[in-house]
Order: sequence, then C-alpha cells, then structure tokens
Amino acid sequence: MASQIIPESRAATFDLKGRMVTLTVLRLSSTDIETLVRQLDERMAAAPDLLRALPLVLDPQPVATELSASRLAALLVELRRRALVPIALRGAGEDLERLATETGLGILRQLADSPEPQRYDGSAPPAEVSSVPGRIVQQPVRSGQQIYARGGDLVVLSSVSPGAELLADGNIHVYGALRGRALAGVQGNTEARIFCQSLNAELIAIAGHYQVSEQIGEADRGRQVQIFLQGDSLYVAPLG
Amino acid sequence: MTRIIVVTSGKGGVGKTTTSAAFAAGLASAGRRTAVIDFDVGLRSLDLIMGCERRVVYDFINVINGEAALKQALIKDKRIPGLFILPASQTRDKDALTTEGVERVLDELSEEFDYIICDSPAGIERGAYLAMYFADEAIVVTNPEVSSVRDSDRVLGLLASKTRRAERGEPSVRERLLVTRYAPSRVGKGEMLSVEDVQEILAIELLGVIPESTTVLNASNSGMPVILEARSDAGQAYQDAVARFLGEEREHRFLTEKKGLFGRLFGGSSA
Repeated sequence: MASQIIPESRAATFDLKGRMVTLTVLRLSSTDIETLVRQLDERMAAAPDLLRALPLVLDPQPVATELSASRLAALLVELRRRALVPIALRGAGEDLERLATETGLGILRQLADSPEPQRYDGSAPPAEVSSVPGRIVQQPVRSGQQIYARGGDLVVLSSVSPGAELLADGNIHVYGALRGRALAGVQGNTEARIFCQSLNAELIAIAGHYQVSEQIGEADRGRQVQIFLQGDSLYVAPLG
Repeated sequence: MTRIIVVTSGKGGVGKTTTSAAFAAGLASAGRRTAVIDFDVGLRSLDLIMGCERRVVYDFINVINGEAALKQALIKDKRIPGLFILPASQTRDKDALTTEGVERVLDELSEEFDYIICDSPAGIERGAYLAMYFADEAIVVTNPEVSSVRDSDRVLGLLASKTRRAERGEPSVRERLLVTRYAPSRVGKGEMLSVEDVQEILAIELLGVIPESTTVLNASNSGMPVILEARSDAGQAYQDAVARFLGEEREHRFLTEKKGLFGRLFGGSSA
C-alpha cells in the first residue's frame, strides 16, 4: 500500500498511510460461544495486560456456515466487555459477507497465515516471505522495566537486571547477562525458545510453562544456554 | 551553561543528602557557583547536614507557590562563597511540588549558578520523579548490598525513560555511580558486595567509592559537609569524586583494607 496525500489548495488536515502490521487472529473452531468465552477468560487471567486493548481479527471460516449473525454479535459483546477490540473478519465467501454486514465488522480477504517455510530450488526467485521484524533493545533493561515484542522475537544486546521482565510472542535472545524474567511465546507459541549468554534468570517461561530461579539447576547457572519446551517440560540445554 | 545534577538512589538512608552536601560544598570550593535544593518535602534534612537549619525562613514550596521570592528563600553558606541552599518545606508533602513550579525555580537558578544539585528523596514517587525530571547529570548513590543495587537499577531505568531529556529524545542523562559506606574488610569476608559486583550489575561509570566512616555521622551531626573534613578518608574520597566529576583523572582509593601500623611500615604506601 502506498501513502496517499490528496492535493488541495489548503494545507491537508490529514494524510492516509498504509502500514504493515501484525494482527492477532482469533480462530473459531466452535459456535459454542459460552465455552469459548470461558476458555478465553482462563487465558486472559494468566496474562491480563497482554490482551488489553488488542485489535483482533476473527476467523470464523471453520464454522462460518453454522454461525449465525446473532451468535457472532453476542461474541463481539463479550470480547468488547473484556477490553478486546474486534476489528474485522478474515476470509471470503457469502456467509462471511453476511456476517460482516450484520455485525459491522470489516473483511480482510487476503490476510494469510505465516507461510510455511519453502525450499529454494534455484530456478525461480524465492517467493516473497512475510516476516515480523524482531524488536532489538540496545540499552540495559533495568529493574521494573517491561519490554514486550508483540508478534515477533525480542533481542536484547545488553544485560537484563533482576526485577526486569522480557516478553515476546516469538523467541527471546539476550546477549548480556539474563538476571530478570524472560517469557517467550506468551501468546501460546510452544515452539518459542529463549537463548542467553549467561543464565541467572529469576523466571523463565515458554508458552506459559515456567520455572523460577530455584528450579533452575546449579549446573546451568551463568552459562550459555537455550531453553525450550518439549511436551509440558522446559529444558535448559547448553549452547555450542 | 548551567548543569542540573540529581543525586538519587531509590532506597533511603544510603547517603544521598550527605553526597548532595559534599558535592555542593566541593563544587563551590572549586569556584563553581552552586545551589543545592532539598526535594524531600515533608522530611527535610539537607538544612541540618549543611548546618543552616536555624536560618530557614522561606522554603522551596514557598517559592513554587509564589509566596516568597527565590532570593529570599536561598540560604547563603557561611563557609564557602558561591554556595547556596534551598531548603524543603517540612510542613507540606510532595504533592505541593508541581512540574511547572520546579521548572520555573530551576530556570531562575540557571541564570545565576553553574551547578544546581537536586537532592532527591527516597522512593520513585513524585518527589523523586521531579528531582530527576530536569536533570542533565545523575549521581546514583548505592550501598554495596543487593537491595540498594536493585533500587539503583530501577532508578537508572527511570532516568532513561522518565526525564525531560528522554521524553524529548535529547542526549541521555549522564549517569555516574557513587558507592557509599564501603567497608573493604567486610567485602573480604563476603558480607558486602564488591565495587566490581555493583558495577557489573549497574553497568555505569564509577565516579567514586566512599569508605564507611564514623566521620560521616559526626560531620552530619555537626552540620558540616563531610568533604570539608579534609583529613578523613570519607572527606578525601568525596574530594576525589568531585575532582573526577570536574574531569580530573584520579585513581580510586580506599578500595582495599587499611593496613595497620606494621602494614604501613613494611607495606609501602597506604591511604
């Protein structure tokens, strides 16, 4: 999308700009709104601030044929009551058009999932890959500071003090000493990992599975490690 | 060009006011016109440490509220020319401080002084916030123990985000570390963090290390900035720190245990 400024004799009072953004998609796999809302509350109880005022795209595609506009409207009420901001529906088709018109939401037709990794065979130029740039922090992260990389990785080049908190939807990399908290995959990405040069964290967590400092083995302290999730267990493994 | 310095720490009782008084006296002794402001509204103590408590008529809050002119509230130090104290109000609380009021007072002081030292209260609330908000430089006072270091770390985070320089995207506040109440013998026994430990966590430039000393308490009780006690370790350490602050290179002293008489006789130089 290109930015567009409308020429006018007087100074423009606004301009329109296109921006690439990462959006959170709520994919509906059931029309049972009550259960959905209950499960959503459980998720939000774990991390209330993460979802506050979050613009949401709803993907009703899997259940679009059975979903009535009134059910969808009821869901929207519940979402807004929880300070979430549903902005659009994702997908295409008659059912979706109907739902969108009746609930006043927009439609995002082209919004794709993150593409599957593709192998480049050398013949054609590689397909355009959409990726979310990571957030890079140069300064030390001090006690009491909280940094959240929404939608991507978080890279900290300095150290992270006790009482500081790092959050990322993707991986977390810390190139100084990690002495605070690091929570990767906070939106539930179980593939997320934490990499650090010197592990002295107060707490490490991936997709909600956490360990406090006390549970981290003495042998892993102060070392270069990666932390990942396998099943329901966090593993700390030396790097290199 | 006036420089505004905040002396801050987060934690209470680590030596902010002692340091503010020492730096104010040290800078003024070096010929710089210096004003030192007590931001600890409601719990004022700078006037005691500076020995001018019996000459307080008007205070910082009176000036902010327009009840007194700045000239009426500034107390001239009797020992050092070019040194002035602006005491806090004891009867009010930190809510009496306003951003506009503080800015106005600092602007007015800037017309006349080379350095303005803001003696921050403990905590990270309004008083501490306004003491650091307009700062160009920060002296972060830390005791060599974990809770003090953590609080200082928190304050460093605020200096990087909640100051006028940070909000305007100007060059950041110059942060320097002053470790106070340092007892090398206790570091040796593992009862205290070493300067290296503190520096590793806080990762800022070291301005000085002030040894634990009874002189500090005695000086405070008698209303004498400890830097004027030229024969004491603490006084000399503050003199070194002020000299470094003004750009002089000085080696760090008082980092190791003081040797006894025999050590001094046989061990060569000793501080």
